[in-house]
Amino acid sequence: MGWAIALHGGAGDIPLSLPPERRQPREEALRHCLHIGVEGLKAKLPPLDVVERVVRELENIPQFNAGKGSVLTSKGTVEMEASIMDGTTMNCGAVSGLTTVVNAVSLARLVMEKTPHIYLAFDGAEEFARQQGVETLHSSHFITAENIERLKQAIEANRVQIDYTQPIQNDTKKETAIANGDSQIGTVGCVAVDGNGNLASATSTGGLVNKMVGRIGDTPVIGAGTYADTRCAVSATGKGEAIIRGTVARDVAALMEFKGLSLEEAATCVVHERTPKGTVGLVAVSAKGEVAMPFNTTGMFRACATEDGYSEISIWPAATKFE
Amino acid sequence: MGGWALAVHGGAGVDPNLPPHRQEQAKQLLTRCLNLGISALRSNASAIDVVELVVRELETDPLFNSGRGSALTEKGTVEMEASIMDGSKRRCGAVSGLTTVKNPISLARLVMDKSPHSYLAFNGAEEFARQQGVEVVENEYFITPENVGMLKLAKEANTILFDYRIPTAGYDSCGVGAESPLQMNGLPISVYAPETVGCVVVDKEGRCAAATSTGGLMNKKSGRIGDSPLIGAGTYACGVCGVSCTGEGEAIIRGTLAREVAAVMEYKGLSLQQAVDFVIKHRLDEGKAGLIAVSNTGDVAYGFNCNAMFRGCATEDGFMEVGIWD
Repeated sequence: MGWAIALHGGAGDIPLSLPPERRQPREEALRHCLHIGVEGLKAKLPPLDVVERVVRELENIPQFNAGKGSVLTSKGTVEMEASIMDGTTMNCGAVSGLTTVVNAVSLARLVMEKTPHIYLAFDGAEEFARQQGVETLHSSHFITAENIERLKQAIEANRVQIDYTQPIQNDTKKETAIANGDSQIGTVGCVAVDGNGNLASATSTGGLVNKMVGRIGDTPVIGAGTYADTRCAVSATGKGEAIIRGTVARDVAALMEFKGLSLEEAATCVVHERTPKGTVGLVAVSAKGEVAMPFNTTGMFRACATEDGYSEISIWPAATKFE
Repeated sequence: MGGWALAVHGGAGVDPNLPPHRQEQAKQLLTRCLNLGISALRSNASAIDVVELVVRELETDPLFNSGRGSALTEKGTVEMEASIMDGSKRRCGAVSGLTTVKNPISLARLVMDKSPHSYLAFNGAEEFARQQGVEVVENEYFITPENVGMLKLAKEANTILFDYRIPTAGYDSCGVGAESPLQMNGLPISVYAPETVGCVVVDKEGRCAAATSTGGLMNKKSGRIGDSPLIGAGTYACGVCGVSCTGEGEAIIRGTLAREVAAVMEYKGLSLQQAVDFVIKHRLDEGKAGLIAVSNTGDVAYGFNCNAMFRGCATEDGFMEVGIWD
């Protein structure tokens, strides 16, 4: 037992040839966010607070696809979404279609705590944000040059309809959107458990590059992108449509609950046996303080730490241990 | 068993004082919908086509809370949502925040069939509707005088939902005493509009499908999304079953209710009825909800933990039943 934390900055087709100048800032960001989370757990903050803090941090980092640095819709705009879940109470909150809210995950938490609802979206969510006085900025704040470029490439590569089976363009000297309009950087998320087995999960994203305006993915859908109960907490990333139909986050918990699988077994089963290759990654912690971070994509930006001193920051399958 | 089966619902949680003529109207509508579905199944229609067809009928009729006759937002407008799922490949489509689309369930189907996504909402969904050329009408079309009256009552009942986990200090009283009358979603049952309509079908080939549609919670904040468009919560279908839920949205979402039925069938080997009973009993905490379900082997089942649920079911061997109360 003991506390544990895991976080991700997205699963996808992260090329092994990712140059150092693109890799290192992300690794550094993961390290920074992990540190924040670990300090929070050491200070005995509730896991719900810890996951919110970590995801806020990830949202603020422009290299990840959430908050600032969110990928763009087909119209070049930003529409952000997030959800958060408290495993002890099973309370949850979610938001979609945000255009000015600096930290979507915090608004999701406010929906959970300050309204009789679970999920608010678009104009209604923005209105609620103003009522709550959360930090908002003009939507241009969230748009980065990198994402404008990604959108351009995605639009050029598109046929009339986004085709998920298109092969990857070889023109990947940049880490850019692949031909099917997907971003290689899926989402951010964090799961945490304290020494008493309290669990929480939070996920946040800008969605898919070149997505239709109004498209909602798995991230705000409880049971798909985010889930926490008294057994485990899960945050998923990858192709939203696959995560939704696979109810991925809940499936990990259900396998533990109904088939008695361990966290590792359940997470591995969902990612490697129950979802198509190249679509999903997740981070999960159990009430016992275990961690699992499986993915069936080329890579997943991830980090974790447990109370016994283990920590890891990695991108591709071979784990790389850091201090 | 084996063979086709279908079930429909018009919402869980019913005013015990509902006048007899209204009960009769509801039963007639449910019967009509069952007959529509039965006809289609006898003509070899697929499960996915039948659930859409039946839910369209429920949306078009103003009696239940979907399409025309939807519950109203706090602003007095209608925002509709729906989802549909095809069990054979677990393809799905969902929509939220519709204000002009005459049949939300059909737009959800188009999201599934004609877009690269699974879920579209608000302006983006309305835009997609126009691109697809579906029938659109003014928002006023969906608003019934009855619901305008209900909204007024809901506001008067000062409906701020109690959350058992949050201290009530600082919240206005709901105006109900310790011996509170029947409530759902924080509303007295007399103004709570049963939330949703839905249909589940298994066809002759053993394919399951599910569809759910709603106007949502009376007096909801604009932008509020409930369980109905959320795959795994209000709607789910896979190789073994099709499920559609109704009731307190929050409870259904937290309990991932529709998905649970399939999960316990698959992971615990329960039969459809056992799974439905298990889920209603164990996945709802203090929440009130109901659901209908069919299995790929032709079973049909329903369950609810509140006082009533408008429902109907029929199977190929001639069984047919429509009901409201326990």
